[in-house]
Amino acid sequence: MTESLRAWGVRLTRASILGVLTFFFAFPFLWMLITAFKQTGDLYDLKHNPFLFYESPTLEHVKRLFYETLYGQWLLNTAFVGVLVVLITIALAVPAGYALARLSGGWGARLGIGIFLTYLVPPTLLFIPLSRVVVNLHLDDSLWSLVLVYPTFTVPFSAWLMMGFFKAIPRDVEEAAMIDGYSRLGAFFRVVVPISMSGILTVAIFSFTLVMQEFVYAVTFISSVRNMTVGIGVPTFLVHGDVYFWGSLMAGCFIASVPVAILYNFFVDRFISGFTMGAVK
Amino acid sequence: MEASTSVAHPQNSAPNAKSRASILDSESWLGWLLIAPAVLYITLLVGLPFLMALYYSVSDTTTGGGSMGFVGLRNFTAVIGTPKFQTALKNTLTFGLISQVLILILSNALALALQRDFPGKRLIRFLILLPWVAPISIGTIAWLWIFDSTYSVLNWMLRLTGLVQGQGYMWLGLPHLAMGSIIAVNIWRQLPLATVILLAGYGSIPQDIHDAAAVDGAGFWRHFFQVTLPLILPITLVALLFGLIFTFTDMVIIYNLTRGGPFDTTQVLASLAFYTGIAGGDLAEGAAIALFLFPLLLAVALGFLIIAHRTEVT
Repeated sequence: MTESLRAWGVRLTRASILGVLTFFFAFPFLWMLITAFKQTGDLYDLKHNPFLFYESPTLEHVKRLFYETLYGQWLLNTAFVGVLVVLITIALAVPAGYALARLSGGWGARLGIGIFLTYLVPPTLLFIPLSRVVVNLHLDDSLWSLVLVYPTFTVPFSAWLMMGFFKAIPRDVEEAAMIDGYSRLGAFFRVVVPISMSGILTVAIFSFTLVMQEFVYAVTFISSVRNMTVGIGVPTFLVHGDVYFWGSLMAGCFIASVPVAILYNFFVDRFISGFTMGAVK
Repeated sequence: MEASTSVAHPQNSAPNAKSRASILDSESWLGWLLIAPAVLYITLLVGLPFLMALYYSVSDTTTGGGSMGFVGLRNFTAVIGTPKFQTALKNTLTFGLISQVLILILSNALALALQRDFPGKRLIRFLILLPWVAPISIGTIAWLWIFDSTYSVLNWMLRLTGLVQGQGYMWLGLPHLAMGSIIAVNIWRQLPLATVILLAGYGSIPQDIHDAAAVDGAGFWRHFFQVTLPLILPITLVALLFGLIFTFTDMVIIYNLTRGGPFDTTQVLASLAFYTGIAGGDLAEGAAIALFLFPLLLAVALGFLIIAHRTEVT
């Protein structure tokens, strides 16, 4: 009797923790969705229950977003910067992580910690000198400035993550390949890289997420509306007008966040396993 | 482990290890070659700008260009004395520490609750990860709407439960409420990452250990504090490290929700540096304020690296 009571108690506790926190996590997205499709009159009537549709759902906010703002352009800009930064990050961080894990002597561990520590230099400190660098290279108000600067925060962490990932691969794997006649470099590309795809994918996803999150550099370097990324276009251009178009704003927020999240969800298991190998020894 | 230490003294090693060491030795240039691009990039775009920031902080430079003259520690002494800075420092610590304590408690509860399989677990996990995957500057805009002074849905829900009558709270307009609101949004944003990291930690504990504890008759709390917690301590510290770094260096939540207000009660060092350096145009003083973040972060990072190293050794 007490046993089953306790089991019920555990179940109830678990259900309420999950219920309350999941509501907390998901509510802003639900609220975006409801707001995005409500007619303006319905939205701003304080007598209405905000969760119900008193008038039929509308696409007016979504249409305004795509036809009267540069929202579509911002999405393309973000994807452009994101893809290039991911490619640069992989090109720099994967070989570096391998060198730190395998080919270095005593200096490797110290260099690894050094690279990781650069991750701690906040953008709030670097954007001041980097804005000068960007101007001197004539990249101000260009997406290429972001492509140049964003790897400063993706590469250090990714190299660190890849180092942990490569350390978890037994040395025998390459040694067997090298006995088969591959050079060290050949063994790295032909054997180590293919079995590390989940780690590399983790790095790619992590870097793309960070690019979508970034705010300080984008708001400092980019001045014209046409060149904005979605992360600064929505809050600076759509919010700071005189009138808040909450319907369009929430539609813009929903479109920029949820589809990406659904895509990531397919990689979550790989992602978690990549994190485990990078962070837990 | 063996091989990496034997590189330095190949002649002292056993024949077997020697042949392995010579392979590594002859290819040590390869290590440098593979790591050189990353190191070069980081040196040019993190190291050099960092030194420039150091110089700015002891100069009188402004966004207009300015003279770049050397003024010693004048910016720092000028900054430390101001009530604005002292408030921002205090707010940074309040904001960071309260957020992290709550995140640690909640992420452990959530990771524990997600241990067992149940129908709909994949959906729940997807919903939990949403705030972290969604671009933060966009997520905070949704909160701006939730906290809206006239149309706050939060006030509506509180009125429904009878906790509030009339107009409701000005969530971002009153000092303590504003701090509470940005802490809540920060938790919303960072709890998913902490939970994912902790889930990985919980998953790496062998089932035997749980079984042994169950056989010994340990109850839930004893099991948690004496068996599980010590085993996940290292990875909990990893989660805490990331949480502290993200909290101390980020200003998006504050920029979008409160702009540091009301009356600077939510101004933190990162946002103060931004408003002084960019909006105010005083690069030198902005750089000086931002530099106060660095020792704070360094202390946090070194502390955790030491602890991580120690747990790895034992």
